Amino acid sequence: MNENRHSVIVIVIIIVGVILLSKLFMIQVVDDSFLRRAERNAVQRIIDYPYRGLISDRNSELLVYNNPVFDLMVIPQEFSIKDTAKFCDIFQIEKQKLIERYTAAKKYSWVKPSPLIKQISTTDFAKIQDYLIDYPGLFVMTRSVRAYPDSIAASALGYIAEIIPRQMERDSLHYYNQGDYIGHSGLESYYEKILRGKKGAKYKMVNVRGVDKGSFKNGTLDTASVAGLNLQSTIDMQLQQYGEKLMKGKRGSVVAIEPKTGEILSIISAPVYDPNLLAGAAYSKNYNILLSDTTKPLFIRPIQAKYPPGSIFKVVQSLIGLQWGTLTPNTTYACNKALVACHNHPSPVNLFGAIRNSCNPYYYQAFRQMINQEISSNTYTDTQIGLDKWHEAVEKFGLGHELGVDLPYENSGSVPSSSLYDRIYGKGRWKYSTIYSLSIGQGEMEVTPLQMANLAAIFANKGYYYTPHLIKAINGDPGKIPEEYTTKHDVGVAAHHFDMVQNAMAEALYGTAMRAIIKDITIAGKTGTAQNPHGEDHSVFIAFAPKEDPKIAIAVYVENAGWGGRAAASTASLMIEKYLRGHIERPALEEYVLVGDFGD
Amino acid sequence: MRQNDLYINKIDWLSILLYGALVMIGWFNIYAAVYDEQAAKSIFDFSINSGKQLVWIGTAVLLITVIMVADYRLFDNLSLILYGIFLLILLLTPFIGKEINGQRAWFEIGPFRLQPGEFAKFATALALAKFIEKPSFDLSQPKFQLQAILVILLPVSLIMLQPDTGTAMVYMAFFIMLYREGMPQKYYVFALVFIAISLLSLAVDNNLYIALPVAGLTLILILLGKKNWQRIVTLCLIGIAIIAYSYSLDLVVSKLPQHQQNRIMVLFNPDIDPLGVGWNVTQSKIAIGSGGFWGKGYLEGTQTKFDFVPEQHTDFIFCTLGEEFGWIGSLVVVFLFAALLIRLVFLAERQKTRFSRVYGYCVISILLFHFMINISMTIGLFPVVGIPLPFFSYGGSSLWSFTILLFIFIKLDSHRIQLLGRMN
Repeated sequence: MNENRHSVIVIVIIIVGVILLSKLFMIQVVDDSFLRRAERNAVQRIIDYPYRGLISDRNSELLVYNNPVFDLMVIPQEFSIKDTAKFCDIFQIEKQKLIERYTAAKKYSWVKPSPLIKQISTTDFAKIQDYLIDYPGLFVMTRSVRAYPDSIAASALGYIAEIIPRQMERDSLHYYNQGDYIGHSGLESYYEKILRGKKGAKYKMVNVRGVDKGSFKNGTLDTASVAGLNLQSTIDMQLQQYGEKLMKGKRGSVVAIEPKTGEILSIISAPVYDPNLLAGAAYSKNYNILLSDTTKPLFIRPIQAKYPPGSIFKVVQSLIGLQWGTLTPNTTYACNKALVACHNHPSPVNLFGAIRNSCNPYYYQAFRQMINQEISSNTYTDTQIGLDKWHEAVEKFGLGHELGVDLPYENSGSVPSSSLYDRIYGKGRWKYSTIYSLSIGQGEMEVTPLQMANLAAIFANKGYYYTPHLIKAINGDPGKIPEEYTTKHDVGVAAHHFDMVQNAMAEALYGTAMRAIIKDITIAGKTGTAQNPHGEDHSVFIAFAPKEDPKIAIAVYVENAGWGGRAAASTASLMIEKYLRGHIERPALEEYVLVGDFGD
Repeated sequence: MRQNDLYINKIDWLSILLYGALVMIGWFNIYAAVYDEQAAKSIFDFSINSGKQLVWIGTAVLLITVIMVADYRLFDNLSLILYGIFLLILLLTPFIGKEINGQRAWFEIGPFRLQPGEFAKFATALALAKFIEKPSFDLSQPKFQLQAILVILLPVSLIMLQPDTGTAMVYMAFFIMLYREGMPQKYYVFALVFIAISLLSLAVDNNLYIALPVAGLTLILILLGKKNWQRIVTLCLIGIAIIAYSYSLDLVVSKLPQHQQNRIMVLFNPDIDPLGVGWNVTQSKIAIGSGGFWGKGYLEGTQTKFDFVPEQHTDFIFCTLGEEFGWIGSLVVVFLFAALLIRLVFLAERQKTRFSRVYGYCVISILLFHFMINISMTIGLFPVVGIPLPFFSYGGSSLWSFTILLFIFIKLDSHRIQLLGRMN
């Protein structure tokens, strides 16, 4: 009766085999999620961080380099100390801190390394180096932080810090990981991709406790990091340093440009801060101090601050008028103070006299000629047509839009067009009497100090400019700089119209900025006073020199320092002397600026 | 010389070949399981498990020689005495055994550890053979059924004292042999239904999913069959019993020790607690699953090598094979086991005496059970129970006990003609 039961048992054996093989087939062949989970388990990607590119000045003097720092790491499993007091003494750590960090390390992992003391300087490292061998479970990891030998140009260089969520979101290629360092402002941010280099990766295998078990697939997947490229900036270290010294204790901006190239020689945002504050261990602490400082040292004034251009804009008005033919050098108007206030000077004046004396009523009348050309019989429409045409001409001077300097967060300033007034007053409900304050660079106009410096460069070049920039060469190759910085921008005004303007600007010094005059160097300049509704006016001066062959164009803003002839003109003049001569021959003037009272 | 040749020809070399293949693959596998690329040692190095396993294999060969040259009548004659001795040892084990993982299942003799529960299997098999040997022993009669079950339950209850649930469970395998020897089929049908309902009850969240179909099925059976009161009442009672069992199972499970409850829960949902209770199964499945079709190559496995799988050289040894040799490797091993088992069925069926046939089926039962349960638990088909994979898992107790178990049968088989003569 049991004769066929052995067949049942054979069938059971076969069924068991088939079930096992089917299930094995499911998890080994059909479902590939186990393979991924296995690699997540046992293969760890170790990032090999590249060396960040260096930044030097135009004469190859280092502005930013990498400073090695050392993190003292501890592996709790191997770590033991007999004499805690001695240990604390050698490694310069408080006992309480040591216990805290060690406890945290143990909590994180018994076998993986955790930092015990972070960012030990090279000097401190030299002191502890010899003792390391006495303490098993301790080892040193080298990192680098940015360092600034001369502590200058903080706002232009920017700083690097851990990536923030907003930057993470923009990183569409997923280059960065949480905790990576990235440029946050200045050149560090703008040229991030050039400076950062390329991360490498090593794949290593780890066991269940995270202990290194050698390279994965014999390192065939590993990639080496590629160091970032070095950046040569256009900054002149000597000039920058001198400018920061002059601006000490003041608020404002200095921007100096080489007119023939658009290279920024110096860009100062005062008050300045030491860029070393934002590198290294005390970053967050210092950042918060700077952020809460009421003088706003993190505000990048040269590209972010906006001021009305004031009298300096009269030069632009003159040029556009000349180009359009609504003005000639001989056009003469009376200084009619009924139209707009003015100071005392001979009247009537021709164009030269108007620039030299900064005559407000002259420009009131000249601007009216430019705006109301009677193209339309309707005065409202006519004003609108004229304003838009003017707006277009003004924008060519690099005003009313971002210039495109290689720094993030540049402000566009503003030059109003008809649409602005349509919004404010309604279409067809405003005319010249509404907008006349534009004639003297007041009203709805705003410019940045960089735009003003660029204006000075345009005057120096007689009608063209290169977009101001801070990059001179990448890894020693000037050919690699972005094309936009080698493209000439024409402002649409014939060069010969500039002759008279240059002469008037040179002459103007003798009227409004006597202090700025340098023996043997002809400076062409224009003072301005940016009206400040919140307090004392801002002192403004733009200039270029030497007039015959301009090598430097400069704009100086000193906030709350009164009119342009004193603080701004003196500072600009010293900067020009420093740049052209390399030294100062007027110690009294230097002293005057350094003291910074700016009385007569 | 001539006689000697004849004896050698009577030995079933195919079984020995399959045994040898499994042991050698197992040995290479143990080396892979403990291999450390950074501190690579020879497979023969006695400081690592593969070297030690080689010692176990060597001594196993010695044991085989002893078994093969011993008088075949010894096993028959000593069967009950051996059974008695092992019952005594099992009785003593909980008191003098070494405690490992909360169990006292091991004897420690110098550097060696032996697990009496493993060795008691062949003694129990011999005793069963001895009991059932008599032609009058009719398993369709409750009296003989009870006797057979008693022979099995004695060592089981003693092992449960250690307690070693895994090993004790293996003794259930003898029911496969009892099936062959005439245990009524309905018991097995009942057991399968019982297991199926148990699994279903554990697998579904709401027992209504079982209660409703059972009630419906009962109703259909009542309506289709004869409308006779006795039959209706019986069907209803069966239906109610099944539903009641399904509901009570949750209660029963909740009374189990927590670690056993967890193992059952993990079987149905391994992601419940992947870092805790589910760790073993999850990691085991990752290791085997990551092997793919061809495997990662010998000594190239990462999961097993880097200790993601616990107990990987003993109970989870199949992971190393699955990871490094993939589905193809698994196929070969499953095929070797199945081939050996089917070959043993063939050998058992050709026995002339009931004693050696019963013993043969005991060997088949135990090997099949170990093979089935061990691999099932590594791939998440069965809760994790600590039983080794025959010939594969590292350790002397395991290799020795399976070797003795198998070779006593090969020895008996080689004398099948003489055994018949003796009986006559």
